[in-house]
Amino acid sequence: MDVLGISAFYHDSAAALVRDGRVVAAVQEEAFSRRKHDAAFPRAAIAHCLEAGGTSLERLAAVVFYDKPFLKFERLLETYLTTAPRGFASFRRAMPVWLREKLFQKDLLRRELRTLSGSGRSSRLPPLLFSEHHLSHAASAFYPSPFENALVLTLDGVGEWATTSVAEGAGRSLAVLRELHFPHSLGLLYSAFTHHLGFRVNAGEYKVMGLAPYGEPVYLRRILDHLIDLKEDGTFRLDQSYFDYCAGSTMTSRRFDALFGGPPRAPEEPLTRRHLDLAASVQAALEEAVLRLTRALARETGARHLCLAGGVALNAVANGRVVRDGRFDEVWVQPAAGDAGGALGAALAGYHLTLEGPRAPAGGGDGMRGALLGPAFEQPDVERRLAALGARFAVLGDRELIADTARALAGGRIVGWFQGAGEFGPRALGNRSILADPRAPEMQQALNLRTKFRESFRPFAPAVLEEEAGAWFELDRPSPYMLLVVPVQERHRVAEPAGAALEGLARLGVPHSTIPAVTHVDGSARVQTVSRETNPRFHALIEAFGERTGCPILVNTSFNVRGEPMVATPEDAFRCFMGTGIDRLVVGNCVLEKAEQPAALRHDQRDVVEPD
Amino acid sequence: MSFLSDLWAFLRVRRKFWLLPIILVMLLFAGLALVGQGSTVAPFLYTLF
Repeated sequence: MDVLGISAFYHDSAAALVRDGRVVAAVQEEAFSRRKHDAAFPRAAIAHCLEAGGTSLERLAAVVFYDKPFLKFERLLETYLTTAPRGFASFRRAMPVWLREKLFQKDLLRRELRTLSGSGRSSRLPPLLFSEHHLSHAASAFYPSPFENALVLTLDGVGEWATTSVAEGAGRSLAVLRELHFPHSLGLLYSAFTHHLGFRVNAGEYKVMGLAPYGEPVYLRRILDHLIDLKEDGTFRLDQSYFDYCAGSTMTSRRFDALFGGPPRAPEEPLTRRHLDLAASVQAALEEAVLRLTRALARETGARHLCLAGGVALNAVANGRVVRDGRFDEVWVQPAAGDAGGALGAALAGYHLTLEGPRAPAGGGDGMRGALLGPAFEQPDVERRLAALGARFAVLGDRELIADTARALAGGRIVGWFQGAGEFGPRALGNRSILADPRAPEMQQALNLRTKFRESFRPFAPAVLEEEAGAWFELDRPSPYMLLVVPVQERHRVAEPAGAALEGLARLGVPHSTIPAVTHVDGSARVQTVSRETNPRFHALIEAFGERTGCPILVNTSFNVRGEPMVATPEDAFRCFMGTGIDRLVVGNCVLEKAEQPAALRHDQRDVVEPD
Repeated sequence: MSFLSDLWAFLRVRRKFWLLPIILVMLLFAGLALVGQGSTVAPFLYTLF
């Protein structure tokens, strides 16, 4: 039985196909449209999922949308009524779109699906179902998890009403136990600071997390005393006089600015000590709230397994704290924890809860299959596509390819690595990756400034052989999705120069371990463990690099530049390669050297970079 | 028609019947505004509102 899940119309549109409860394919629309966080109806993503599953719309058991538009409209209306007349300007902007389109989303979806099936009004479409936003998130975290029974904690900005929810999963069943409602939201609290720090809401939250270790949480007390009334069990309320998202068009109010000693930072304005401290403070507040929640849940329910989903679950630092806190035996985080993953959760909820499809025994396996669920390209197709672009490449055998690439990486080259199926979710996990040597002290800044064209403070993640992870990081379990930040083992750490008394961004560029390119200023790393079973080729490459250098770790960052989605096709990969500081591109078994490419095909990708 | 029956089902489940007049008036306004765009209905609209 095939079920298609869709998320669309807000941000990160995506489609996912589930067959008998197993994930067949999942991909974001941005991969095809090349617009980051594309919110359009995911036409190309759906077409890809159907093709990957060898099926058609007419043969599906159901199509499930990831949230409930009427419920969202109810929240909007009630919020406007509560804040009237203050929110009139926002009301006037929002209502036309709702009254014209969004309120009629069922018809809109049917129309889009009919267009996609190409068979006109008479065609038979499968039933169209709607899953609640937080139920979709919870389903995306519970059903693919290796647990038969688990608690599911979903934290995000807002869905319909829920901003925080706890669900209980057991076998096929999944029920939401309790919820906290809008406007009280940890996601929106974090986004308010993201806005205040001059980054884009719904996109720049990673930057706040990356910035936090450069500062001190000196504003934490102020946040806890004024902004958030955080109870012992982790439940909370936000004082709305400091925010403006209910009635206005920005996140924060003037009172917020007064409390934190200045107006919001303009994008690209220099980061000051105050900004770093604000980032550190909101990160500390978030961790405190999440820990109180998970501790209270463990205490009240006695559950041993925890699943996390929702945009806040992408905060790998907070996840790392939850794991190290040890209240749960195991913690599993959905890699596409944001709204894109809602498409997958909607399909799974439709299959298990509405169609009552059985859940295969979890058996300790990971239903996400390494999140490698996107489009893949056969070797002859890759060669044909590259040749059509005028690229010059050599085709190597598997063994030679691994040895040769490991040699290039050990020699300090930056490698674009495009293999197999693309990743679902915001992280490159070794199939659409830019790879480099983590031992080189200058690598972080070189990658940030010359290859990714992004802020120099942003850290990179290590991809380490699963069997070697414990020797390098304080990590006693797999972290296949780069969703846990943990300390680098003490024996690999390097102290900052004595008497240097460096602070803030001045600490950037000072090695903090023997693998400085992937070690943040606080000695932590956002680890991805790579297993032979999930991604044998990537595992073999890291192993070969380890044999050559004694360091079974590579820098792994997404294959894109700032403001662009991850590359999705060999053509995208070649374009990115030719416009950035990547030295070598490996697509399937094709190897391309920058120096050998026609000069006419070079361009400066920096020219097309949009602020993100 | 399916929109109206879905909306009614929603209001019933949520027990939020008080939203119905608000939604209907807003839809009426939206519908009239749409019909009235640059058409002969415009003078009629002005006398109404």
